[in-house]
Amino acid sequence: MPLESPPVAVPAPELPTSSPPGLIALFVAFAKISVAGFGGVLVWARRGIVDQHRWMTADEFNETYALCHFLPGPNIVNLSMVFGSRFRGIPGGIAAFTGLLGPPVIIMTILAALYTHFGEIDALRRILAGVSCAAVGLLLSAVFRMMMPLVKRRDWVGLLLLAAVFVAIGLLRLPLAAVLLVAIPISIAITFAMRRGAA
Amino acid sequence: MNSEPNPILTLAWTFGLMSLFAVGGANAAIPEMHRVAVEVQHWLTDKQFADVFAISQMSPGPNVLIVTLIGYSVAGVAGALVATLAMCVPTAVLAYCVSRFLTRSSKARWPSTLQAALVPLSIGLMAASGLILALTSDRTWVAALVTAASAVLAFATRLNPLWLLLAGGILGFAGLIG
Repeated sequence: MPLESPPVAVPAPELPTSSPPGLIALFVAFAKISVAGFGGVLVWARRGIVDQHRWMTADEFNETYALCHFLPGPNIVNLSMVFGSRFRGIPGGIAAFTGLLGPPVIIMTILAALYTHFGEIDALRRILAGVSCAAVGLLLSAVFRMMMPLVKRRDWVGLLLLAAVFVAIGLLRLPLAAVLLVAIPISIAITFAMRRGAA
Repeated sequence: MNSEPNPILTLAWTFGLMSLFAVGGANAAIPEMHRVAVEVQHWLTDKQFADVFAISQMSPGPNVLIVTLIGYSVAGVAGALVATLAMCVPTAVLAYCVSRFLTRSSKARWPSTLQAALVPLSIGLMAASGLILALTSDRTWVAALVTAASAVLAFATRLNPLWLLLAGGILGFAGLIG
């Protein structure tokens, strides 16, 4: 969806960031990012925050995203909170958070109601079955993309941990919390030991 | 579940707790959502779970909003709201606190070790998501082929994912997937 962006007169194009956004600007920006974000919001977040509004440099954005990625929970939701609060404190975080979640939650609730009423219609069932097959493929491709760096640098320990989590969750269907309470300490201990060994 | 607890409370604490273990984002928590919603609580059938995943993937907004759909099927609009907030608020608060802490302390060495340690685990979780969703969605050879083709195309090309979802929908509508 092409965001309507009037050509902003930027006197010095090299200036990385513009003036800090207000609460309404934060809400509107994240609402736009969210509603534009079919199949993943990250691309649109980067485009809106870095390219369009110049609220952050690309590096600052990457750093903020990296922080939100290693914390649990939906990354982009974490990002909205961290980003908004960086400019306008807690109200700013809440403005960005509600902008990001409000509009799509309304859309999703309407879709959920429609699905409850019409989900049994045969044509819709067939369409959804087809879409979910394709969507699973997208997820698998994302998994392969993320695995490539581990494969390329022959990170056997990482791949072994990956496989162990896959077996525990995917095949044995063990509860997530139990698996992670074992896997995270092991992984941290190994990573720490290997970094000390390398240093 | 022998006793019948308030479904809204069950949603709140299920997703609130789950969000704190969703290492690697919403898609990493899909196996746990499937385990709880289909196997433990019987909120959804396997087929319905595949459907809500499809709807969440082709709708605007963050992928985490699959929980909005699950919440709605349990307790209507209130369920949708509670599930969404439970999945999003605790970790957003945590992220806020950690970012405040990190900007204050200059010696932010440990996050990179922690991050390196968590990456393989989150990929493993997402691989498990892929497997579980493939098992729920791909009930025929043609369906499995569509998934494989979509995976290869998305991996090898920079095609907009929406085209792949659309193609899947058309094939499904044509009755090829069953």
